[in-house]
Amino acid sequence: MPRVSYTAPSTVDEAVKALAGATGQTRVLSGGTDLLVQLKSGRARPELIVDAKGIPGLIGIREEADAFVIGAATPGVMISADERLVKAFPGVVEGVDLIGSTQIQGRASIAGNLCNASPAADSVPPVIAARATAVIAGPSGRRQVPVEQIVTGPGQTSLAKGEFVVEFRVPKPKSRQSDAYLRFIPRTEMDIAVVGVGISLTMKGDTVTDARVGLGAVAPTVLLVDKAAKALIGSKLDDAALDAAAAACSAACKPIDDKRGTIKYRTKIAGVLLKRTAMIARDRINGIEHRGHRPV
Amino acid sequence: MAKIHVNTTINGAPTEFLCDANQTLLDVLRDNLGLTGSKEGCGSGDCGACSVMVNGRLVCSCLVLAPEAQGAKVETIEGMAQGDKLHPLQKKFVEMAALQCGICTPGFLIASKALLQKTPNPTETEVRYWLAGNLCRCTGYDKIVTAVLEVAAEMRESAR
Repeated sequence: MPRVSYTAPSTVDEAVKALAGATGQTRVLSGGTDLLVQLKSGRARPELIVDAKGIPGLIGIREEADAFVIGAATPGVMISADERLVKAFPGVVEGVDLIGSTQIQGRASIAGNLCNASPAADSVPPVIAARATAVIAGPSGRRQVPVEQIVTGPGQTSLAKGEFVVEFRVPKPKSRQSDAYLRFIPRTEMDIAVVGVGISLTMKGDTVTDARVGLGAVAPTVLLVDKAAKALIGSKLDDAALDAAAAACSAACKPIDDKRGTIKYRTKIAGVLLKRTAMIARDRINGIEHRGHRPV
Repeated sequence: MAKIHVNTTINGAPTEFLCDANQTLLDVLRDNLGLTGSKEGCGSGDCGACSVMVNGRLVCSCLVLAPEAQGAKVETIEGMAQGDKLHPLQKKFVEMAALQCGICTPGFLIASKALLQKTPNPTETEVRYWLAGNLCRCTGYDKIVTAVLEVAAEMRESAR
């Protein structure tokens, strides 16, 4: 690995100062499960690593009147163990839980998964579907941005020099709102999404009153598919509405062609997963438990 | 570049070391501290051979920067046996031949111990998913999974 400096600030201001003051590249360290791999391969060559985990609030989950607030560096294992989140956002929790092995879960965070800016990041589609915003600290103070505006391309984010994600705010679910995330991989575990769909549904009776769809691994960034949501809103999730929403997901795809999935396959599966996640979210709204992707 | 001075606790013993910012915890355990039980398989968090506990959490030590160990409690395979007395998992792995070449074994033992602490009565499926981040190219996994399940049953029995 190349020469690099390490600092572990204890306040947001110190972290911003360190990041803004560096002359070369900087990287923020949360769980490091992507960063360390990139340091070793030489893909990342920062002059400074800022370990954010010592800053109060960066690890932890708190409940406010209108939102759950998840510290940017909170590891997956803490998110999956939080009963409030499991109840309110089972789809977010299952997306986070799919990031790597037990060992990776001990470290990997939503901020890292997001800012690593892989199109296949598993936590991102459900977090976008949940209308989460990222609170970003930087030299000119704090700003709050919808999560779908952070990643601009593979490995690229809209964060300016000196900025980093401090926490995520996930608005509390309304009555009869739930979510789901499914990803397709060619095996049962330890693989990268070929397609991932996160959905959030709100219903009145059996009619969908609101929907959000996040679509992963089929374009340079995770997509918010408004047309799929529109196709569902006002429907009773009948076949025609589901077909239209699935077609909207497939139409939004601009995937790569690789050994894990061809363009044609990914495009088709995007629609299939849309339908399946919608069914799971509906069941959850109706109090029917779903284990989602994992048998345990 | 100046070395970083780190104070940590390893297997209960206060430990200090000097490291570079780009050294991993695994590098320091093996190269600076002579704790060579943790193995480097892939170096990218895929194989689990470097598994250790940091502050009670199972992690890959190849994906932890050594300076992050400041103030932390690290547990490695070297702390698993009490002197000559093997941990029940170690004993069972030997008895049931849940290892062949042995490179993956420290990681499997650390990960299995973490599982049994969290879930004393795991199903076979739970064991397999929990250990999905530990790769073994010799055993075919069945003996490992069986050994973990047997130890779980024995530990529950003796805890009665």
